[in-house]
Amino acid sequence: MNFRIEDYYADRLGGDVLLAYKGSITTDLINNVLDTVESKLQDFHEPSKVKKKVYNVLVESLQNLFHHIDDLPDEYKDQFESRFGILVVSKDKNRYRISTGNFIRNDKIAYLKEKIETINASSKEGLKDMYKHILNHQKLSEKGGGGLGLVDIARKTGNKLQYSFIPFNEEYSFFNLDVFIDEEVKKTVK
Amino acid sequence: MEPLIIEGTPKTPTVRFDADEGVIEIKGRSIPENSVEFYKPLVDWLEEYKKNPKDKTVVNIQLEYFNTSSSKCILDVFKKLEAIHKAKHDVEINWYYEEDDEDMLEAGEDYESIIRIPFKMIEIVE
Repeated sequence: MNFRIEDYYADRLGGDVLLAYKGSITTDLINNVLDTVESKLQDFHEPSKVKKKVYNVLVESLQNLFHHIDDLPDEYKDQFESRFGILVVSKDKNRYRISTGNFIRNDKIAYLKEKIETINASSKEGLKDMYKHILNHQKLSEKGGGGLGLVDIARKTGNKLQYSFIPFNEEYSFFNLDVFIDEEVKKTVK
Repeated sequence: MEPLIIEGTPKTPTVRFDADEGVIEIKGRSIPENSVEFYKPLVDWLEEYKKNPKDKTVVNIQLEYFNTSSSKCILDVFKKLEAIHKAKHDVEINWYYEEDDEDMLEAGEDYESIIRIPFKMIEIVE
């Protein structure tokens, strides 16, 4: 089965779309997206804590994308821009969905998959410990990423990270991550 | 020692570090893609201040948002303050969070448990 970006993108345009983008993920793009989504959220009748969560998770999702995109080899240059990624922010029924997609080298999949599975298998308390451990013991990478993004997203949303790796060619796959934020924020269980 | 004053932007906080008053303030948003660049002067300033701090240093942290890239840099700031505290100087940390913002309260509690200086958690009621 061939992976078609158009199909993938179309699949994600359900519900009430606040913003959809496919193309190069740059700092300017991130700034634009944050401004746009923040002003759109103001029109939604949500408690400010829900808006804040959506904004916070969006920041992390975008910056994760920014820090981890792998560029495809030159022969795909006419097909995809450099630093190609996809972002869709939507609201369907009672939940917000932030979908991100980017190319990833196949040799990185095992590590990322294990990281996500570990996060998904952790309790709220476990995520808190994981967050604090990474915060206190891991150095920031040169790019400024700290390995905390996904843990933070899982902690703030209280939901499992939904993901898939869609094979593209021998070297690359397309990594899709769907993050959900419930309108009714789950009660904190301490 | 010269104070460190930085105006806030949509992605970086307002900073006011004043050695004469013994006041350290960080307010606003901290969501730059690469936070190391922004926080380096803050950490350097504290390294210098640590040599001759006031008897009492008051720290006010009032963040609306911060990203995980900033979270490590903020910890670096707290580690400098912890060193001042360990050297038997009084350090008061006020952690402000907006009404109902449990995530921000929890973030303060995370730092408090790592650096072992008691935080005063202050809810801002609108």
